[in-house]
Amino acid sequence: MQDKITNVLIVGVGGQGTLLTSRIIAQVAVQMGYDVKVSEIHGMAQRGGSVVSQVRYGNKVYSPIITKGEADIILAFEKIEAARWLDYLKPDGMVIINNERVNPLPVMSGKAKYPDDIHNKIAALLPKTSIVDATDIADRCGNSKAANVVLVGMLSQAIGLPAEEVEKAICAIVPAKALDINLKAFNEGRQLM
Amino acid sequence: MKKLMIGNAAIARGAYEAGATVATAYPGTPSTEIVNSIAEYPDVYAEWAPNEKVALEVGAGASIAGARTLVAMKHVGVNVAADPLYSFSYMGVNGGLVIVSADDPGLHSSQNEQDNRGYGRFAKMPVIEPADSQEALDYTKLAFEISEQFDTMVMLRITMRLAHSQTMVEIGEKQEVPLKPYQKNSAKNVMLPGFAKLRHIEVEKSLRQLEEYAETTPLNRIELNDTSLGIITSGVPYQYVKEAFPDASVLKLGLVNPLPRELIKSFAAQVDKLVVVEELEPVIEEQVRSWGIEVVGKEQFTLLGEYSAEYLKQKLAGAAEPEGFNLEKEIPARPPLLCAGCPHRGVFHVLRKMRLVVAGDIGCYTLGAISPLEAMDTCICMGASIGAAMGMEKARGPEFAAKTVAVIGDSTFVHSGITGLIDVVYNGGTSTVMILDNDTTAMTGHQDHPATGVTIKKNPTNKLDIEAIVRAIGIEHVRVVDPLRIDELEATLKEELARREPSVIICKRSCALLAGRPKPDHKLFVDTELCTGCKLCIRVGCTGVSFIDEDKKAQMNDGCVACGLCEQVCKFDAIKQVEV
Repeated sequence: MQDKITNVLIVGVGGQGTLLTSRIIAQVAVQMGYDVKVSEIHGMAQRGGSVVSQVRYGNKVYSPIITKGEADIILAFEKIEAARWLDYLKPDGMVIINNERVNPLPVMSGKAKYPDDIHNKIAALLPKTSIVDATDIADRCGNSKAANVVLVGMLSQAIGLPAEEVEKAICAIVPAKALDINLKAFNEGRQLM
Repeated sequence: MKKLMIGNAAIARGAYEAGATVATAYPGTPSTEIVNSIAEYPDVYAEWAPNEKVALEVGAGASIAGARTLVAMKHVGVNVAADPLYSFSYMGVNGGLVIVSADDPGLHSSQNEQDNRGYGRFAKMPVIEPADSQEALDYTKLAFEISEQFDTMVMLRITMRLAHSQTMVEIGEKQEVPLKPYQKNSAKNVMLPGFAKLRHIEVEKSLRQLEEYAETTPLNRIELNDTSLGIITSGVPYQYVKEAFPDASVLKLGLVNPLPRELIKSFAAQVDKLVVVEELEPVIEEQVRSWGIEVVGKEQFTLLGEYSAEYLKQKLAGAAEPEGFNLEKEIPARPPLLCAGCPHRGVFHVLRKMRLVVAGDIGCYTLGAISPLEAMDTCICMGASIGAAMGMEKARGPEFAAKTVAVIGDSTFVHSGITGLIDVVYNGGTSTVMILDNDTTAMTGHQDHPATGVTIKKNPTNKLDIEAIVRAIGIEHVRVVDPLRIDELEATLKEELARREPSVIICKRSCALLAGRPKPDHKLFVDTELCTGCKLCIRVGCTGVSFIDEDKKAQMNDGCVACGLCEQVCKFDAIKQVEV
């Protein structure tokens, strides 16, 4: 068993499924015998605001929260959310970004511009950046909402989570009727890394 | 069996395993999942009370009648329940009673960040603070034992970071605890001055016994390591301490009221430098200092918000702030907002248009205060809107009332708005009160309440008739409108504001996220020939419609649920319906 703690930050927009994703990753770590802590945001922040879920696992985990400069990997469901949380990443950390744009209110109202090339700026800063059209891939698998599981597939390759453990976790957490689509989306994601 | 659980579910499990048979609460982030979880155990009676005061009174009655009882609320809910709290702390218990206070350092979803450990000293009751989900389960069970052993209710104080963090928990077996026999005991249970005076003596006695218990209880423990640094801490900050200073000696307090004076003295004597790490108020620090012990505390640490391991390293070891990749300057903010199709949006659009003074209240609709709607002047606490509007009128006269409304949700009206309305009628106010009835307690995650006609266990029950209540209070002018029919809403408001009598407008439409709502039979689209790019539709602040800079036209998004608000707002008929 590794001695270090693995820190996974899952960021997105309220309603995109960050909670479900953090629960899948945490369940995998539980199955692998690690100590695990997950921090979630409920309430006011969920109403379309910027949201973050944090998963930490290792032999012994104390703090439930990841601090700045500590995340091994950021899983971003939306482009500018990846940028917003980037200061939580380790200097040699990795970012996996869904190439998805969700306009925040200041952009919708024309008060601010959406920086459409933000993912290129991130990639310029960080060699370990992956940008993927996860929503399209999920759509081809049967439901665009499974985009988060495409990202989980990529993450599992990136940090060495065995496919069979992730599949087991998906089976335990995802509702039965959406299971086939999610397993397909997971394997599509896995092949991308 | 070991599994991941959020702190709130672990508390529910702990109460269940301790044999609690009654659980009551009013929903409030970050406490809501506690009684929501315990409702899943079929052999526990669980309820959503109309407010926290009633929840604690039901809890007190259940305890007097001999049941182990759990009562849960958010930190500000304890203020609502403070009256029975201060009396019941004199009375003591029959069946054990544990009251959970879920505090919110950092104000993730609250109007203040009060530190409810203060209630322990003020109400003379023990306060227990767990640091992870396992402790949340174990300490809840122990809290029932302490409650019965020392004849006192016990406060289990948690914070958002415990409530909503998942950590590993070992599930135990349910303990069968028979009801304690009920015996009439007026001297204990009737708080007349003569009886209460004698109970006060008993309370002080039991507090002295608790002080002795604090010295030896396993809730408090010393982890002796390197003695150059000794840290006293409790709750989730313990985790930050262990992460930031793994070699330091730690006195971890699980019982934070009363404090173990001798244990603290002996710990202080063993370490070179003594530090107290506690979020929010210096509750532990000030007591330790009052005993003549030198300690580092709030002169080093902030009174505001949450701590972290990184923050402690910076403050205590002079660590530099980590240099991260920072692109924040280049990206727009993403504040929370009302959902597409939210009925509240119609209300605040009209209120903004009419430039009214709006006394607001607590719920999703408090988001009507922020950009782009910006149509709320005050929000004090649950139920305050109606009283605040009445106060404005009495200070500035009926002309001011003619341009003022109170806005309150259905669950909040039942919680504590009714008494405000009684005041308006009784004392000759002319307020116009809007009750935004969306058939649920939305903000906290769609809990039922007395006016939904469904219980926490999803059983049908009497559906409280808000209109009938309002009329019974003495309001003669009651109007029911659809808040997404904005012309009708505006006309109704004008009529009722002009009236020199109190009136109530019930804005009736279900929450857009409520399951089982009928789907619309049409979609909306923007006719780009007609769209002038005036942005009137954009100003309603909906995720369903955005402005495309390149074309200078509006465009409907996937998130649109065809509620029709922007369609009504458009002066050029550019937003049109198409059947699906």
